[in-house]
Formats: sequence, structure tokens, C-alpha cells
Amino acid sequence: MNYPENFRYTKEHEWVSVNGDIGTVGITFHAQSELGDIVYVDMPTPGAAVTAGESFGSVESVKAVSEIYSPVTGEVVEANDTLKDAPEKLNDDPHGEAWLVKIRLSDKSQLDGLMDASEYQSYIGE
Amino acid sequence: MLDRNFLLCCGTDRPAAANRRRGYARLSDGMSETAELRKTPLNGVHRASGAKMVDFGGWDMPVQYSGILDEHKAVRTAVGLFDVSHMGEIEIRGPQALDLVQRVSTNNSAKLQSGQAQYSGLLYEHGGFVDDILVHKVADDSYFICVNASNQDKDFEHISAQNRFICTVENAGPKYAQLAIQGPRALATLQNLTRTDLASIRYYWFEDGEVSGDWARIARTGYTGEDGFEIYVAPELAAARWGEILEAGREFGIKPAGLGARNTLRLEAKMALYGHEIDASITPLEADLAWIVKFDKGDFTGKTALEKQKAAGLKRKLVGFEMRGRGIARDGYEVRLDGAPAGWVTSGGPAPALNKNIGLCYLPAGSAQPGVAIEIMIRNQPVEAVTAPTPFYKRAK
Repeated sequence: MNYPENFRYTKEHEWVSVNGDIGTVGITFHAQSELGDIVYVDMPTPGAAVTAGESFGSVESVKAVSEIYSPVTGEVVEANDTLKDAPEKLNDDPHGEAWLVKIRLSDKSQLDGLMDASEYQSYIGE
Repeated sequence: MLDRNFLLCCGTDRPAAANRRRGYARLSDGMSETAELRKTPLNGVHRASGAKMVDFGGWDMPVQYSGILDEHKAVRTAVGLFDVSHMGEIEIRGPQALDLVQRVSTNNSAKLQSGQAQYSGLLYEHGGFVDDILVHKVADDSYFICVNASNQDKDFEHISAQNRFICTVENAGPKYAQLAIQGPRALATLQNLTRTDLASIRYYWFEDGEVSGDWARIARTGYTGEDGFEIYVAPELAAARWGEILEAGREFGIKPAGLGARNTLRLEAKMALYGHEIDASITPLEADLAWIVKFDKGDFTGKTALEKQKAAGLKRKLVGFEMRGRGIARDGYEVRLDGAPAGWVTSGGPAPALNKNIGLCYLPAGSAQPGVAIEIMIRNQPVEAVTAPTPFYKRAK
């Protein structure tokens, strides 16, 4: 699987891709693969404050609920509402079309604590 | 990542009280390997074919092959194959075998003919479940009981301790592998491999016949709400049978299926899962299983407690529900009635064949009928639901 070089990854299997002061956040291919068929997504609404390492929502597969932990601290500026009616997109395109939220970063230095693509791939044993 | 939560959804023999304390998992939870899991004879086959494995009540079992939704659909529309060799078998033999079966179980096994099977309950003296079981009458002096994987040793002890009769009790799990062939094309699939006339075996009957020329106990039973068979074979032949059945069902679109689909299928069919709908703190009357309790059959363990409970009136009862609001109920979630805590979810999840989110819960008996507005507490938010008739899914006959 291709893990984009410009993403940063968490040990909880979220990714963040930064453009200016906006970070786009999603779950990794590995996460969706382990979860199986995703049937429900719960996300914060724009304006919500999120904190690095704290839960901001959840994804549910047929069999399990998993919390999503924010890789960064900031304010949610956009949520991917298309996932509400089509959560299965998270299985199909987790690094692309099925991003979860966009966050205005309050501290870009937090990115330094995250893994890069090769570190993440060795972390998951690929 | 998924394993810890999966157990909460699909069951081990923990008391329901433990479920009520459930938390949420991180995406990364459950990823470490657990040592010393028990393995079925098909473990190598599952691992070699890329199934996702999970710790299920101490057994290393496949949770899914191609995906739960895909496997669920295969069973509802064609045929699926499950390894259920983790299930236990207890054999009771001797001139007074029936007396022991009658003593330890709730249903009336005296009514069984040889070759007939029956769903029943093993109870404690206080009326709570030791386990739910399938009693097969092999002959007047021989009964074959299929029990839950994680309960088999406890069940064996429980039955043996009450054996004051002329009969032997054998904990026979290691003697059998069990495969479940389930779905509308299950009969056609299995018939490709046996001369035993499968159409002549009625629902909840069984026959000792052959599959691929080797002895097999072929039962028309299942845990999916579909037509199908559960076959008991020698463990050393399980891998061969697995491959042959997949080959025999290929023309019908057979899929190997895991415990994930088994759980969604049984939930749609409202079949109880030990550790969820039933456990030591729950009686069959509460679990909406009064039909397996035969008060007029004579004495049995737990009878006095059940009579008392029946006379006093039930305080709580199991009932089905459908979500109305957005969200999925999971086992252990609180159920509210008129804004106040009133019960808990025993099993919940998406119903793939029905395209809605369903569940089972305990409610005060007076509210445990269809059409009652309830709320499920999902991540501290009340979400609307309504109690519903069960089973949620019933196959066309």
C-alpha cells in the first residue's frame, strides 16, 4: 500500500496532511483494513476545538467502535459530510476522498512528534 | 485494533455486568498477539487463506475472510461455510442417560425421537444460565450435547456433579470438528459430497451418515436464521472436508465465513449469545426463552427458582429494537425510558440484510413489547429507537 510521503502518521493510525495552517485528517489504509466494513462515522462540526491525542469522533465497522484521536490541536474548519451517507468510502479511499476533517492548526510544531511514511510503515510491520 | 472491541460485540462468557462497563477502543487497540490460544483443526487453513483472526473466548478464530457484509450476504442469498470446531460436545451414555439430561436441562428431552435435536438450557439452582445447549438424541441410551466453546469445561463439571444416574458423561470436544454449511444453497452444496439423502433430514433432526465417504453426524441445525447443516467430523478430516465443501459449493458462490458474519446473522434471527443475552444472572423467562422451559416434565435444576419468578412476575425481559436516530447501539449501552435509565443493550449492530441498525436489550417487563419509544445512550447522547418485533429476519420458506 502507498502511504503518501507528505502525510504525518499517529500510532493510533490517523494521518494528517498540512497545507499552510490547515491540516487535513483521516484514518490510514491499515486502519480501515483492520476494521473491515465501515458502516458509520461520527465527526465534529466546524467550529469545534480539538486537542492532539484526544478523541474527536469515532468510526464504526460492522463489529466494533473505534475512537479517532486528533493528531493535532486546533479548530475544525470543515468536516467531510459525504461520509455520513457513504461511510464505505473509508474502505475505498482512506488517504484521499474519505478524509475526515480539516483543522486550523494552532501549533505546527506538533507535527514533529508524528511519524513519517517510512516510520509508519515499519511501525505497522510493512 | 479491532480485537478487543470485537469481543465486546461478539461474546465470551463474561457476565453482562462486565459488558455494561464497556469502554471504547483506540484504532490501535487489540493489535498485540495473545499467547496460548486454543486452536481448531482448521487453524492452519484459516491462517494460510488470509482470514483475519481474533481471540474469541480463548480460541484463535477467524473473524472474517472476504468481509463481514460480503459473507453475511453469501449466507442469506447462497451459501457460507463456517468453522465452528471450537464448540464443545458432551456425550451422555447409559441406561439412565435420559434421566440425567432431564435433570440438568429445561426442555423436555423425553419427547425427542432418535435422530432429533432440541434447543435447551442448562441452569443453576437460582435459575440463571450455565449455558444454552443443543441436545441430540442419538439413541435411548445416548445423548449428544453441543455446547458453547468457552463454557464446555464448566458445563461438563456442572453436568457431572449432578450425575447420580447409571450413565457416563464425557467431555468429548476434542473428538469432533464441526463445520456449519448455511444458506439457501447449503443442501445442494453438501449433497454433492454425500449419499445421505439430505432433503429427508427435517429441520432440527440429524442423521449419522457420511461426507466424502467418512463418518459424519449431519444435523439440519444452524445459528444464522437460514436453512443449513452443521456437520460433526473427525478432527483429522476437517481440513479435507473444508476444502471439499468449498469446491462443492463453488457453482453456488459459496464463501468461507467468520465469526463476525455469524454474529450479524444470529442477531437478525434473534438467537441468543451466551455472555450477552444470557448468562448466570439471567433466567430463560427473562431472556424470552420460556418456550424451552417445560415445567410439566418433572424436576430439573433451576425449576423452583423459575416457578417463583413466574409467580412473582418478571421484572425485566429481553426485547428487540431498531434505531430511529443516527447511530449504532452496541452491547453494554444504556437504554432509557422516558429519559430515565431502564435497561441495557445485550447485542447491537447493523443488520446487513435489512439495511437498518438493530439490537436486543433488557427493559422492565411492562415495556418489553414492540412499539415502545426508547433512547439508547451512544457516547453520552440519547439517540431515538423503538422496540420492535423479532426475529428481525425470517427466511422465506
